[in-house]
Amino acid sequence: MDAMYDLGGKQGFGKVRYAKDARAFHEPWEVRANSLYALAVRFGILNMDEYRHAIERMEPRHYLAASYYERSLTSLLTLCVEKGVVTQEELERRAGGTIPLSTPSAQGRGNAPARERFAPGDRVRVRLDSVPGHIRLPGYIRGKEGVVVSESPAYPFPDAHAHGVASEDEPTYDVRFRSEDLWPGSSEPALVHVGVFQSYLERS
Amino acid sequence: MPDQDRVVQRTAPIEKRVEAIQSVIAERGPDAAAALEELGHLAQEQWIPQNGARVVARAWVDPEFRKRLLANGRDAVAELGLAMPKHHRHLVVLENSPSVQNVICCTQCSCTAFSLIGLPPDWYKDLEYRARVVRESRTVLKEMGLDLSPQVEVRVWDTTADTRYMVLPQRPAGTDGWSEERLAAAVTRDGLIGVARL
Repeated sequence: MDAMYDLGGKQGFGKVRYAKDARAFHEPWEVRANSLYALAVRFGILNMDEYRHAIERMEPRHYLAASYYERSLTSLLTLCVEKGVVTQEELERRAGGTIPLSTPSAQGRGNAPARERFAPGDRVRVRLDSVPGHIRLPGYIRGKEGVVVSESPAYPFPDAHAHGVASEDEPTYDVRFRSEDLWPGSSEPALVHVGVFQSYLERS
Repeated sequence: MPDQDRVVQRTAPIEKRVEAIQSVIAERGPDAAAALEELGHLAQEQWIPQNGARVVARAWVDPEFRKRLLANGRDAVAELGLAMPKHHRHLVVLENSPSVQNVICCTQCSCTAFSLIGLPPDWYKDLEYRARVVRESRTVLKEMGLDLSPQVEVRVWDTTADTRYMVLPQRPAGTDGWSEERLAAAVTRDGLIGVARL
């Protein structure tokens, strides 16, 4: 889905709020929220792709206003309700107030019917895939051409794995793009490397 | 006149939402409390940038290790007793040079090789870094204190799959003869992310 989480290359943002000693956690509840989602993975309640997708499905105003760990928590709460671990009413009763959840999930999909094996140096193009469900493809490379630099071991295919759809594991390719090709005339010179699932690529 | 009968339900404070789901998950297993404790400990005490720093220092002093690290990061860090989570199946180590600066990011969320670099700092997960670093890397790095000459090639690595990245910074000048331990102490988290040079 094309949603608010897909931020790469979006313009208009201000300076990075950088500090040399920046921490990962600021409040005890953040540590607990982080541990709870990891425990839910360990208990088999959810997998990482479902977790990512439930963050991506947050209503845009909620997504932008929420802190990182509120997004993480919202994903966990949403998936526990969707999977019948607990009802939203029961959660809200225990919390003593309403709980904002993510928007409902749409359909997933399996691997691309034709997948090619690439080698370092191959020129590839990112397919123009638009899907209603989860996709782990940043919008800024859609339709763009790049060069394969390496291949990873096979991973579960996110578009399927986030939706309980059967699929084969597939490798990802680190593909090198030129920033000038991604955003002609409005970027600074750099090579941008993206990990791209095999199903998203075709030979160019 | 306001409608006096209307029940206004307020959004539960975030801590209450955490407590609510914690009480639900605790009912799913007798070991939940201990497991939560253990996971909190891992995130705060075990997955720390000092792990990545040890890897870097070893690569600086041991050319054979450096070769193995660049060829297969996951196997090489395991030699130092550093395990990576199951879903991090692949570690690609990115070597800086005088003419190349590698920098890592995750434009879609927060993915990192957290068992080596530590859980990512807040700025890494913020909207600004995620949106801007792929498109205006030089300006972003300059704002963060790293002013690169135009001759230096910037390579940005967006962690959009389950391959994980770690930057291998250049060994600082004037560190000849330093022990591995002393070298490791000179390696910073931001150097492993690539937004700083050592």
